[in-house]
Amino acid sequence: MVTGGLATNGAATNGLATQEVARASEARTSETRTSEARTSETRTGPASGSAQPAPITLAKALNLGLHAAMAADPKVIVMGEDVGTLGGVFRVTDGLQREFGEARVIDTPLAESAIVGTAIGLAMRGYRPVCEIQFDGFVYPAFDQIVSQLAKLHYRSAGRIRLPVTIRIPFGGGIGAVEHHSESPEAYFCHTAGLKVVACSNPHDAHHMIQQAIRSDDPVIFLEPKRRYWEKAVVDPRPLPDLVTGSVDAVDAAGAAVGLHRSVVVRAGTDATLVGYGPTVRTCLDAAEVSAADDDRSLEVIDLRSLSPLDLGPVLESVRRTGRLVVVHEAPSNVSVSAEVAARVTEAAFYSLEAPVLRVTGFDTPYPPARIEDHYLPDIDRILDAVDRSFAF
Amino acid sequence: MLSVTELMQLLTPGGRRITVASEAMSPAADDPPVDVAASDPRPEIGEPSAVDLDLPALVADLTPADLVGFYRDMVLVRRFDEEATSLQRQGELGLWASLRGQEAAQVGSGRALGIHDMAFPSYREHGVAWCRGVDPAAILGIFRGTSLGGWDPDEHGFALYSIVVGAQTLHAAGYAMGMSRDHSTGAAIVYFGDGASSEGDVNEAFGWAGVFGAPLVFFCQNNQWAISEPARRQSRTEIFHRASGFGFPSVRVDGNDVLACLAVTRWALATARAGHGPVLVEALTYRMGAHTTADDPTRYQASEQLERWRRLDPLDRLRTHLAAAGHLDGQREQRLALEADALAHDLRVRCRALPDPDPAMLFDHVQVTDNALVTAQRAAFVAARAGSADGRDVAGGGAGADGSGVGAREGTVVAGERRGSGATW
Ligand SMILES: Cc1ncc(C[n+]2csc(CCOP(=O)(O)OP(=O)(O)O)c2C)c(N)n1
Ligand SMILES: [Mg+2]
Repeated sequence: MVTGGLATNGAATNGLATQEVARASEARTSETRTSEARTSETRTGPASGSAQPAPITLAKALNLGLHAAMAADPKVIVMGEDVGTLGGVFRVTDGLQREFGEARVIDTPLAESAIVGTAIGLAMRGYRPVCEIQFDGFVYPAFDQIVSQLAKLHYRSAGRIRLPVTIRIPFGGGIGAVEHHSESPEAYFCHTAGLKVVACSNPHDAHHMIQQAIRSDDPVIFLEPKRRYWEKAVVDPRPLPDLVTGSVDAVDAAGAAVGLHRSVVVRAGTDATLVGYGPTVRTCLDAAEVSAADDDRSLEVIDLRSLSPLDLGPVLESVRRTGRLVVVHEAPSNVSVSAEVAARVTEAAFYSLEAPVLRVTGFDTPYPPARIEDHYLPDIDRILDAVDRSFAF
Repeated sequence: MLSVTELMQLLTPGGRRITVASEAMSPAADDPPVDVAASDPRPEIGEPSAVDLDLPALVADLTPADLVGFYRDMVLVRRFDEEATSLQRQGELGLWASLRGQEAAQVGSGRALGIHDMAFPSYREHGVAWCRGVDPAAILGIFRGTSLGGWDPDEHGFALYSIVVGAQTLHAAGYAMGMSRDHSTGAAIVYFGDGASSEGDVNEAFGWAGVFGAPLVFFCQNNQWAISEPARRQSRTEIFHRASGFGFPSVRVDGNDVLACLAVTRWALATARAGHGPVLVEALTYRMGAHTTADDPTRYQASEQLERWRRLDPLDRLRTHLAAAGHLDGQREQRLALEADALAHDLRVRCRALPDPDPAMLFDHVQVTDNALVTAQRAAFVAARAGSADGRDVAGGGAGADGSGVGAREGTVVAGERRGSGATW
């Protein structure tokens, strides 16, 4: 079940993330790139070839990414509840069944454990399933199949079995939904060895990351920030890490893009570091904007992108310059991604820190009724308050 | 066309009341049975578990006033549902899941329940809630986003709504196991959909209720759709045929026939209460609207199918019968219409007046015993809100319009925790 009002917060922020990225990349690189025809998304990306690429929504960027992945590899199949005729409740799979047929875009019976369990079997037969879990709160019936089966079979088989399964999960709150439609379950999966967990935050990244996730030979939990589905940005043919660093996406032993697991500076700054992922990257960027205008502070913003494995290189590099770190996510704080980031940064950069690593997160309560979710979700105020506390320390 | 022996009826679509047992099991040819075959072909597999019921005898006690009462229930529930839909359109509710088309299945089964029985709903059982005396405004609160529960399950014999599809069937199985241990005179009934029948939880509940002989009625409203997926995507056999594999009886009933639904549920509850274990009832009906107000059924639903089912409307059928029998005149209809208007008006007013919860309620009832982390978060939250009067004023918006707290530059660190980990948000 989805509620209305989803499109409201997108319009004002069109393309901001991409502008920030462009700014950051200008600041960091000047060398020319060999971007031509390097990866399949370079060729099939929606922005390639056109002089003035139009901004597209995050949902559309995913849709085009799925389309490209299916076109590139006949073994890629999409499966989930309402993904076919309807095109998914968020329309992320819109048109795919028409294009690729019912054999490759499967409206499954209503059973999440079976969606993941059968995906494992299909993967054992050489297929590359992309499962859609309709909402974050409905992944739990599949929990056993994900953490006990999907995550472990490669290990148990001494590497003989590979399970290139992508599990797409719209996650996070802020859409005024009824219960079970606003949760942030990432920590459960990050805690499970054998899984990779990533979260996209903007259309450009969504487009590339979904294709990289599908190409990965390891299972990937792919988190989509549902309240950002309607935010628009231009999708650049180069993946985000390449765009920022000016490097060319490296490929691991299995041929998968390692860029999927890189964190990225999306706004350069000097005074303090904000770290977010998924829906809170936008919130962090907005907070940095307000802080610059009101407080004359220059906040650096890092998009983690990959939650497991974590890529803390850019975070450490940033913290060594700024000395202050605030980590922001919607999930509760207890045993969370921010807890891991705080612990590791404290270990690796203790003497650079001017203040403890602070966190702005959802509370350690169940997700509340929609009418008070704004109090639960990290917002600009709470982020800037944490920045204040960091400076006041 | 479905084999007629597979669909029990007491009121034909034309409004004729069936009084002969054999006819109830195989409705006469003058009123064509519900035509699902044209839109929903199923392979012929297996035999239904044959249940021999004297359906008319099960409702022989009903007076004309009772019948008018069921009609009133359905009219008021439909009006409640329509009002909720329009409240959603006007932004008063975040979402609404309409029961339109399923009034007979819900009122028929709901009115079969006694005070010692316990009902476990999914999220669309507004008609059953009505029969259990739950305030419709409490249901509106869930869809408005002011509450997650809204009523006391024990007080009403009506558990909380369950949005996670199928989960409630296991709760019902366990509850029924408890009832039989406690020698309760009641039984449990659990509502679920055609889509839910695919979930592991539901099939596990079938197994457990069967093995433990739990006094549980599985009431499946097959409204032919699980969001965009037709019922045939969930099951190769008819849903009610599944019970035989789990070792208990089942029937399929015309879900748009309030009398047949009442009769079948009475029988099923009696069977369960008598210690004979679970029963599966499949009520064949149709979701006459969108899955929820967020759904666009034109993407997947053929309008002819909708039209065909519109002619089988559960309210029309009983109205026709009552009018023909002289139990419902224009004056009574008019009074009922006024009553429906008054109900709708009252609900609208009360819905709009439903207050947003106090934000500090976030931290209430997380668990029975205190949790130090939650306590610390609550304290910090309350302190920050108290300090919000002189809190920061965020230019360009983005902060809550209520200027809600946590913007205070001072006072967000819990006393004694200057270096503490309490203020983690
Ligand atoms: C475990 C779970 N998975 C998915 C959903 C999303 N969802 C909500 S209702 C629904 C369809 C349910 O169909 P059915 O059981 O036939 O009930 P109906 O909506 O027709 O009353 C789906 C897929 C959910 N709520 N819970
Ligand atoms: Mg259904």
